[in-house]
Amino acid sequence: MRQVLEGSHAISEAVRLAKVQVVAGYPITPQTHIIEAISQHCADGSLKARFIPVESEHSSMAAVIGAAATGVRTFTATSSHGLALMHEVLHWASAARLPIVMGEVNRALGPGWNIWMDQSDSLAQRDTGWIQLYCEDAQDALDTTLIAFRLAETVNLPAMVVIDAFYVSHTFEPVDVPAPETVDRFLPPLEPRFRIDVDHPRALYPMVGPAFFMEMRRSIQDGMDAAGPAFDAIAGEFENVFGRRHDAVETVGCEDADLVLVTTGSVTSTARIVIARQREAGKRVGLCKIKQFRPFPAETIRAVLGPAPRIAVIDRNVSFGSGGIFAREIQGALCPLEKRPAVYSYIAGLGGRDITPETIAEVLRLAEETPMPAAESCWVGLNPEVRP
Amino acid sequence: MSEPINADRGLTYPGNLGCPGCGASIAINHALKGLGEKTVLVIPASCFAIMAGPYPMTALKVPILHTAFASAAVTAAGVRAGLDMRGDAETTVVAWAGDGGTFDIGIQSLSGTAERNDDIIFVCYDNEAYMNTGVQRSSATPYGTRTTTTPGSGWKRTRKKNIMEIMAAHRIPYAATANIAFPDDFIRKFAKARETRGGTRFIHVFSSCPTGWGVASSLSIKIARLATRTNIFPLYEIENGTDWTLNMEGDLPVGDYLAPQGRFRHLGPTDLEQIQQEVDANLALIQERVAATRVRQAHLKLEI
Repeated sequence: MRQVLEGSHAISEAVRLAKVQVVAGYPITPQTHIIEAISQHCADGSLKARFIPVESEHSSMAAVIGAAATGVRTFTATSSHGLALMHEVLHWASAARLPIVMGEVNRALGPGWNIWMDQSDSLAQRDTGWIQLYCEDAQDALDTTLIAFRLAETVNLPAMVVIDAFYVSHTFEPVDVPAPETVDRFLPPLEPRFRIDVDHPRALYPMVGPAFFMEMRRSIQDGMDAAGPAFDAIAGEFENVFGRRHDAVETVGCEDADLVLVTTGSVTSTARIVIARQREAGKRVGLCKIKQFRPFPAETIRAVLGPAPRIAVIDRNVSFGSGGIFAREIQGALCPLEKRPAVYSYIAGLGGRDITPETIAEVLRLAEETPMPAAESCWVGLNPEVRP
Repeated sequence: MSEPINADRGLTYPGNLGCPGCGASIAINHALKGLGEKTVLVIPASCFAIMAGPYPMTALKVPILHTAFASAAVTAAGVRAGLDMRGDAETTVVAWAGDGGTFDIGIQSLSGTAERNDDIIFVCYDNEAYMNTGVQRSSATPYGTRTTTTPGSGWKRTRKKNIMEIMAAHRIPYAATANIAFPDDFIRKFAKARETRGGTRFIHVFSSCPTGWGVASSLSIKIARLATRTNIFPLYEIENGTDWTLNMEGDLPVGDYLAPQGRFRHLGPTDLEQIQQEVDANLALIQERVAATRVRQAHLKLEI
């Protein structure tokens, strides 16, 4: 049924449809609407789950770790400082091989206090062993949450469903909310591979010495390696059931493009319009949206972007001392190719600054007019009156 | 192979990684006798995280979930929620933390769990310092103690945090102190905590640490007994945060407990006098609350 939902509530609806059993939550702007709606679902009985209103995000993650270890389906959501506070337990969740799904609303970290869109929070967690899936709009958020449960439970790794602050989280859009029976066909009840069981006592997550630790870490890498093909297979099933396609890497007109723009999240929707206009005007430009950041789809990136002469990457984040994080990951993925495209890295839209069609046109113009990309990322849209 | 000396091993396997005379090793034996086999233990970073056994071994016959340092209480609350959703209401979920994981880094999640009154038992086995990292002071370290972070003349000059008053302030259904040197009382309290369902229960266990305290391992029980007999660690119970019961009153001066321990060796007669006054005042406070409880209960009976 089509409903008008904000992106946050698209995730909450997916959690209800997924019949999650334990949810822990702690408020933080701009995530709060997700857990508010879920606690309402629990209170009115439309979701038969236990909602634990914890006293911090560190505790949200610890609570769902405890619950997931009993073999039930779990969810939590956070943003920004909340995600940073969780950092320790994010490692715990992945090394514990628990299929927790988390909604994560991209927001800047302070100081200065800033509640607006910025990918620095989720990307700072890239090495924690979590699957990361970025969403473009509210429908994408609902669909990706359902896919995330299947994926996490297939490879026994936790998964983060990432949406943009406000551009997605607080924007109302028409969303197709599938019937529960249809979702049941796609997402069966969780059958845990292991769980706490008093009849079969085991010690979970004890001290591990050098004799076993490395093999355990390798097993997480194996899980991540399996997550790429698993995503493709699950997304294929999703398309069969729901008729909507989701790719780890989506391309528009990349085959013959002289210049490919790479985006993530909601800026992709703006870029679609700019690219379409420039195509109409006869320019050979393409668009590549990266949805799946962990595991990083390096092989697909090589296949899709390898043939392009030039690539312009928009990063709504920065790794200080390095540059745009998606650009750096793409450069790493392209490195094994003998003939590599020129990769232009642009940092834009930090802390909620709008990335408008004009910003994107400026990025494309800069990439076209610059013969060789600079080693450093180029910051787009800095106000010369504030920073000459 | 010869028979083990003590065949009554309960729910622990013979042998673990504890130091000789470790109070926590004795405590877990007593505790599981009161808790029974349908128990899940949640253990944060602590000596016990090591003692419970490195992979692929375990020292206990009940399931263990190891968790991050700050998270014992809320992880246990998560386990409880998960078991409830699976329809298992019978299993008791117990967080088993040291004083660091209770008084310091663990207190936020413990307070949150107690405020929500989640249906778990939280046990603090208190050896009064960070023993697993080599004897650093915690907020459970008492006045007068030398540790590696309160060394020499910089011995600790602030008092031990009163965790029982903090837990009582949450008005949880049951809180008790227990001492490894009084096993009958100890096991009774764990059984009572198990039976008191529907809210957070807290047990503060006095757990001697020969390694960290500078006493012979053979004196572990004796020093623990002296802690209660000198009223340094009184045995009492608090129901619903308001109803206090004192189980035992000590009869010895604090010097009998302090003098044999290396960690207090530097203390002079004036220091001992000051500690004695503090201990007397503390006991008097408990006695006042016990008396107030009796008066209130007598009034209630009259009204009925």
